[in-house]
Amino acid sequence: MKLLKPGDYAVLLLGALLTALLFARALGGAGGDRLLIRAGGHVFLQTPLTTDQTIRVPGPLGVSLIEIRAGRARVAQDPGPLQICVHQGWLSRVGQAALCLPNQVSIEVRGAGGKGYDSLAY
Amino acid sequence: MTRSPIEPLVLPVTAEDRRIARLALLALGLTLLDAAIPSPLPGVKPGFANIVVLLALLRYGWRVAAWVSLVRVLAGSLLLGTFLAPGFWLALSGATASLAVLAVARKLPRRWFGPVSLSVPAALAHIGGQLALAGAWLLPGAGVLGLAPVFALAALAGGTVNGLVVAHLVAHPTAGAQSAHEPA
Repeated sequence: MKLLKPGDYAVLLLGALLTALLFARALGGAGGDRLLIRAGGHVFLQTPLTTDQTIRVPGPLGVSLIEIRAGRARVAQDPGPLQICVHQGWLSRVGQAALCLPNQVSIEVRGAGGKGYDSLAY
Repeated sequence: MTRSPIEPLVLPVTAEDRRIARLALLALGLTLLDAAIPSPLPGVKPGFANIVVLLALLRYGWRVAAWVSLVRVLAGSLLLGTFLAPGFWLALSGATASLAVLAVARKLPRRWFGPVSLSVPAALAHIGGQLALAGAWLLPGAGVLGLAPVFALAALAGGTVNGLVVAHLVAHPTAGAQSAHEPA
């Protein structure tokens, strides 16, 4: 007597796939909880990722628009010519960063999962 | 003898009530067995009681299965002393999510899909419901969802084993009497 029917194998495969996806996601790094925004080499703003908002960061070329939504952050608009930081898309993992070099604006996701400190002093 | 002015209150007990009570009692016994097994991580359990829920679903339909499942969560929490404690709400949300998935999964054609196709999605829904509640209400912000893969793996294993047990019991309905004492 066969206990498993053809469809059961498909269901098992789907379940295994889902589990593997969850593992891949979990091992992809810890989710961050803060966003560090730098402008011109100085910290412009440090803000939690839990608050949805759009932040205007002024630079030498104009205003970079940083968007925080649903625990993720991105550069929504930037006056730079190559748009590299905009194309990086949404960031949510600790250590992920987007640099808009021409406008001297950068964003970096921080959290307890990665660097748990800002600096070390001896 | 004078008759009592109060009409005797009669609650008719149907055959289905008895059936649900009997099945729920079975599920309850397996719930206690589940609770007695030491677990490395709270929430990772074989979920043997779901064998009874699945059998109820296959033999008597979703309504009976839902009653059996919910009665066993309620009665189990009373016996284990977790009634209205976080563990109770977790079990309830897990059972609810699992029943919702079963309502859909039972429409799968029986020709191609056996009990494993019911128990695996139900087990995954169970941990899904629990994690959703834990993440949203009990431990918001804590890394509950980070444990999701471990729970999913446990659900996959438990769901497969339970599904195979159900498949075996469905295939050998009369062998149950003799094999009742063997570990399934």
